[in-house]
Amino acid sequence: MIRTVTIFVALLALIGPVKAAEDVVAIVGGRIHTLGPEGTIEQGTVVIEGNRIVAVGEKIRVPVGATIIDAAGKEVTPGLFDAHSYFGVEEISLVEATVDRYQMGTHLTAGFDIADAINPDSTLIPVNRIEGVTRAAVAPSSTEGSAVLVGRGAVIHLGGGDDFITDRHAAMYAVLGEGGGALAGGSRAAALLALREALEDAQDWTAHRDEYDSRQRRGYVASRPDLEALAPLLAGRMPLIAAVNRASDIEAAIRLADEFRLRLVVLGGSEAWKVAPQLAAAQVAVMLDPLANLPASFDRLGATLENAARLQRAGVSVAFVSSDGHNARNLTQSAGNAVAHGMDYDEALRAITVNPARIFGIDRSYGTLQPGKLADVVVWSGDPLEVTSFADQVVIEGRIIPMTSRSTLLRDRYRTLDKAMRPGYR
Amino acid sequence: MYTARLSGAFLILLLAACGGEPHDEATQASSYASTYTPAATEAVAIVNATALTGTGERIDAATIVMMDGRINAVGADLAPPRGAIVVDAAGKWVTPGIIDVHSHLGVYPSPSVAAHSDGNEMVDPNTAQVWAEHAVWPQDPGFALALAGGVTTLQVLPGSANLFGGRSVTLKNVSSRTMQGMKFPGAPYGLKMACGENPKRVYGTGKGSAPMTRMGNVAGYRDAWIKAAAYQKKWETFAENGGEEPERDLQLETLAGVLDGEILVHNHCYRADEMAVMLDVAREFGYQVTAFHHAVEAYKIADLLAESGTCAAVWADWWGFKVEAFDAVRENAAMVDAAGACAIVHSDSGTGIQRLNQETAKIMASARRSGWEVTPERAIVWITANAAAALGVGDQTGTLEAGKMADVVIWDGNPFSVYARAEQVYIDGVLAFDRSNPEIAPQSDFMLGLDVEGGSGQ
Repeated sequence: MIRTVTIFVALLALIGPVKAAEDVVAIVGGRIHTLGPEGTIEQGTVVIEGNRIVAVGEKIRVPVGATIIDAAGKEVTPGLFDAHSYFGVEEISLVEATVDRYQMGTHLTAGFDIADAINPDSTLIPVNRIEGVTRAAVAPSSTEGSAVLVGRGAVIHLGGGDDFITDRHAAMYAVLGEGGGALAGGSRAAALLALREALEDAQDWTAHRDEYDSRQRRGYVASRPDLEALAPLLAGRMPLIAAVNRASDIEAAIRLADEFRLRLVVLGGSEAWKVAPQLAAAQVAVMLDPLANLPASFDRLGATLENAARLQRAGVSVAFVSSDGHNARNLTQSAGNAVAHGMDYDEALRAITVNPARIFGIDRSYGTLQPGKLADVVVWSGDPLEVTSFADQVVIEGRIIPMTSRSTLLRDRYRTLDKAMRPGYR
Repeated sequence: MYTARLSGAFLILLLAACGGEPHDEATQASSYASTYTPAATEAVAIVNATALTGTGERIDAATIVMMDGRINAVGADLAPPRGAIVVDAAGKWVTPGIIDVHSHLGVYPSPSVAAHSDGNEMVDPNTAQVWAEHAVWPQDPGFALALAGGVTTLQVLPGSANLFGGRSVTLKNVSSRTMQGMKFPGAPYGLKMACGENPKRVYGTGKGSAPMTRMGNVAGYRDAWIKAAAYQKKWETFAENGGEEPERDLQLETLAGVLDGEILVHNHCYRADEMAVMLDVAREFGYQVTAFHHAVEAYKIADLLAESGTCAAVWADWWGFKVEAFDAVRENAAMVDAAGACAIVHSDSGTGIQRLNQETAKIMASARRSGWEVTPERAIVWITANAAAALGVGDQTGTLEAGKMADVVIWDGNPFSVYARAEQVYIDGVLAFDRSNPEIAPQSDFMLGLDVEGGSGQ
């Protein structure tokens, strides 16, 4: 699939300055879902230089010496973004020592900083990136912690290297509804009260920091790390992602966000479709699992496979999350099912790329195939949302990713069950 | 198999002929029996379909005739019988009803609150005496959602906390007030067994009692089978010689049912080495492991499974949630199938059961990427015929063949596409689901009166 091309040397004069060959990748001949103003290009080329896309279009010259990825008959999309992952903070769910997604035992854990725990060598990363996932928000757990304010999430790319964390403090997470109630002393109203109290503390602290430091200010419920973490939230520099499902709880969250001028994002949102107009008016995005249609709790009695489609039609920005962090790779299946249940195709593709990028504030640099964007690109064997398609080649920030994982190595080791196999696996 | 088997019917004959007779044998036989009888239907002929028969064949321009609850004829160029309702399936695909061998619908119903948690009798490593059917809540909204995914038959199992979790029940996915009204007529019971981490975590780590280790697990199975064999012998002796009637023991009755070959073993087991040990336990006591469930490492011992005639019921891609699920490969089912063993795709999930066709499609895609070409006509077998065989109802359902129950799904496209949806589902020839007519679909009592705009899920 990948070959270095020298036959274009004759065209040198037409091309202009020659780029360093190892630095340039051209994905040639694919159907390109740019998700930008160019729309879908039926047959085109994406040229990558370094870590950026430099050209996308039908009639793009391939630079001399570029590494060519042949995408003829294939489809090309931006790399996928898992909006709610646990990459690097949960290896084996039941091995507690490998789970770093929450902090127990304090009233609030807003200061909890998951970026400090992320392991870029997690086996989940290769397993999922060879299926097209190139970026993710790493989030604190919204079900296992002990506080209504759970902590801060980070944004990473899955290409490895020292710079894999691209935003250490990308969002603040909270738990409302029945989950929040259980943490806050019984009622879901208590969860809102706890959240409000912490936000008021942080507001006061922000305005009177010196007095607080010199002990001339009243005491706060929120600890010093909590206050410091909440300041950027109040300043609008990060969203508040609230795990909440019931329609009435979503409305309560919208009111609270309005009161404190927070940028609210709903996580879960099983009944979000019931309050779609309110969400659209407040410009609140919803991160949801399109397959979660069971009335699995009393907060989710209105769950439906049409949630995404109804929200999209109402003008709500939607991002998809996977119910199983080990299988972020199934985001394409989720998006395909959303389409099967009424969602617009391109919007479904946006829900696993550019929409989460917007939520986490990285849409200027990633999420569409346009010149100037970071080169996260996936070549698919066919329709990217189709369950019979697979990622043929993945590129992250211009790096061609080896299409192997622990899982593919196991598969190859046991490809033939030959009793004469090498010791270790016969 | 080297233990002599006595079928139930034969045992009763023996009892009547020469030996002792349990005083309430008749009551036992009629208790908990299926009361399901399909409604009478007119003949239906589905025409112009692309049919995946579940026998490994694909028939284009197929006609499928259903009559009196049974499949009457299947083939290309078949004229619909006179008077039959004709359903034009041009551009559509038809498959046997989908069968899930691993469900907890009804015993872990929605909403999943403690009051509904009836799947794990987590008080003793051996609870072979409990029966899943005694807890099945027919109003679980999940049944209707599974039906919309084409599921016509499912095995509801107890959970995997215990070495012996109890008896499973096989249900037709029909709406009923009672469990008995859903029970698959004549289907054998299953016995849920569990290997590995779960029993040792629940008892050793959780309760400080045996089993603490995988050694303890295996000792627990063997100890129970020894007692079961003695119990079986006691009843055989009574049947032959009469005398005082032995006291019934519900736990040993179920285990003896396995040794008698009447109850099928469904063994939750992940690791290859553990499955190999479990095959030896079965050999020691003369029973057959019908299927290993979850079987994440089945691909490592596909040859052993083929030899022993044991199915591997697997997921497409679940992995990493515990150590014994760390070595998953997406090609598992395809590798098992390629080795000549019986592959099944199961759900173990109220959402997964709605899309067993898609789960299978993902395995097909991974297999193709890795060099195993799996055709749709082959892959459908994993969620129909092989599943039916593992439930002991392979002679009744699971394929589109004359004489089988008319459990049939019409899909609006290739069922192995993410965009395909079940359009009509027939169970015993009765139209149980029709996407264009919501009136037909069952609706749980539980969902009535809730503000969910025309019912949950869909």
